[in-house]
Amino acid sequence: MWQFFHKLGSPKWFFGIANRFMPWLLAGGLILLAAGLVWGLAFAPKDYLQGNSYRIIFIHVPSAFLAQSIYIMMASAAVVTLVWRMKLADVFVKSVAPVGLMFTFLALFTGAVWGKPTWGTWWVWDARLTSMLILLFLYGGAIALDRSINDEKSAARAVAVLVLVGVVNIPIIKYSVDWWNTLHQPATFKLTEKPSMAMEMWVPLLLSVLGLYLLFGWLACLRMKTEILVRERRTRWVKELVLAGRK
Amino acid sequence: MAFESFSAFLAMEGHGPYVWTCYAVFVVLLAGMVFWSAKRHQATYRMCKRSHDQQARKGQAKPKAAATFTRVEISQD
Amino acid sequence: MNVNAPIALKKVDSSVGVFQAMVSVFLRDVRVAFRQRQDLLNPLLFFTMVVTLFPLGVSPEVAFLKQSGAGILWVAALLSVLLSLDHLFRHDFDDGTLEQLMLQPQPLFLLVLAKTMAHWLLTGLPLVLLTPVLGLMLHLDGNSVATLCLTLLIGTPVLSLIGSIGAALTLGLRSAGVLLSLLIIPLYIPVLIFGTGTVAAAAEGAQVSGYLALMGAFLVLALTLAPFASAAALRISLSNS
Repeated sequence: MWQFFHKLGSPKWFFGIANRFMPWLLAGGLILLAAGLVWGLAFAPKDYLQGNSYRIIFIHVPSAFLAQSIYIMMASAAVVTLVWRMKLADVFVKSVAPVGLMFTFLALFTGAVWGKPTWGTWWVWDARLTSMLILLFLYGGAIALDRSINDEKSAARAVAVLVLVGVVNIPIIKYSVDWWNTLHQPATFKLTEKPSMAMEMWVPLLLSVLGLYLLFGWLACLRMKTEILVRERRTRWVKELVLAGRK
Repeated sequence: MAFESFSAFLAMEGHGPYVWTCYAVFVVLLAGMVFWSAKRHQATYRMCKRSHDQQARKGQAKPKAAATFTRVEISQD
Repeated sequence: MNVNAPIALKKVDSSVGVFQAMVSVFLRDVRVAFRQRQDLLNPLLFFTMVVTLFPLGVSPEVAFLKQSGAGILWVAALLSVLLSLDHLFRHDFDDGTLEQLMLQPQPLFLLVLAKTMAHWLLTGLPLVLLTPVLGLMLHLDGNSVATLCLTLLIGTPVLSLIGSIGAALTLGLRSAGVLLSLLIIPLYIPVLIFGTGTVAAAAEGAQVSGYLALMGAFLVLALTLAPFASAAALRISLSNS
């Protein structure tokens, strides 16, 4: 068990594993995502309340899922960074943060565009959208801090502290924003909170969520590989790898 | 199929612009992220390869430099 | 330096109790601050100016000011604390005092807590004391002003405590000021929401003790967790430079 744990921390070992999994992640992700989106766009029945605009759900919900779970993953990796000083955890946090930022932006954008036909305005200070916006700020802060510290190790550890503080705050932020929302807008129509969604809507949603997770896994592997190459470019194993012409 | 014709599919009963904007932005951003990450990986890999190739060539071209170092070490012994 | 000196220093210091060390750090910070009085005055001036901008920039109508006065004062107080946070560790970092603090046998997080409490006493508390005056200028009624002061009294220490994490993380960086705001403002949002929400509830005549208790819970949480995070961040920042 411990041997496995230490192996997990080795960038060289990660390179091998990533190379083995990446084609499957990419193929699976693309197929599932394409299937989910085509099904959702063309074949799923129309929603009786919102009409066809609800079809945005098939990208909005997966983006929002990923935006939140990437932050949680970053926080878990941050614990590993601070406690065990594992190189791969640093690399993970650094390479994945921009992806999380992108998904948060996508969730916000699709939410806003969805709001126009549903609520009649582009932006509503709805509890979910506001929490998402704050999550965007948290991602932005982590990336900004990472970029402004030159030393890689200190940057990784500083970002780890920040992400952990953020993850402790997320439930508090969520709770307070919900409370604030009931204070100012007693009754709003909530996105995605549908009492009964037909099976034909659930399945494509599930497919696109799964597909996007796989695609994220591929992206994370690729970006981690890049970051590892940058950090370990002077080591022997990178030299052997590069001179052998393998990627 | 939930739509009768392709034009109905594009129009989505008036909601077309919203739905298609969302999907377009989603696809463009995701593809951009994939493309950009892949490109950066390529560039980093090439940079690594170039510097290691250079070092390897240097090592073959001037074996003498290494020899002088060894000699100095021996003479100190 | 004499080889024996650090050992001797350590012996003397370990005889000093933890509480005593905290008190001396606290008193030192207060004394240093009173030697640079302008730094004490700046956040207060800033606070007043930001509050002045709202009647000028939005509307001087009594109805508007009555409705948004609490929010304006809270946001202005939040920004003033943010502005002053840059000084929390900066001087000690520049002259090497911080490194000495880290070498002390007393746990660093307690010394950081003492410094943060001194920071609150020197910036947060004056802001609370100034609030009634500005509240009157914004036509808030007595009940609202009292609640507002109470929420600020509980809320500003939370701002200082959370802010100390950001100040520690950005210590010694180039654009530390802007970065500090970027990191910390999202974390301030719950305090702001409950601070202004409590005043709004009081204005409607509702019971506010529940809300105040919740803010007290924030304070307890920040008191227990923030010093650890700032101490960890300080260690990282100092090992970096």
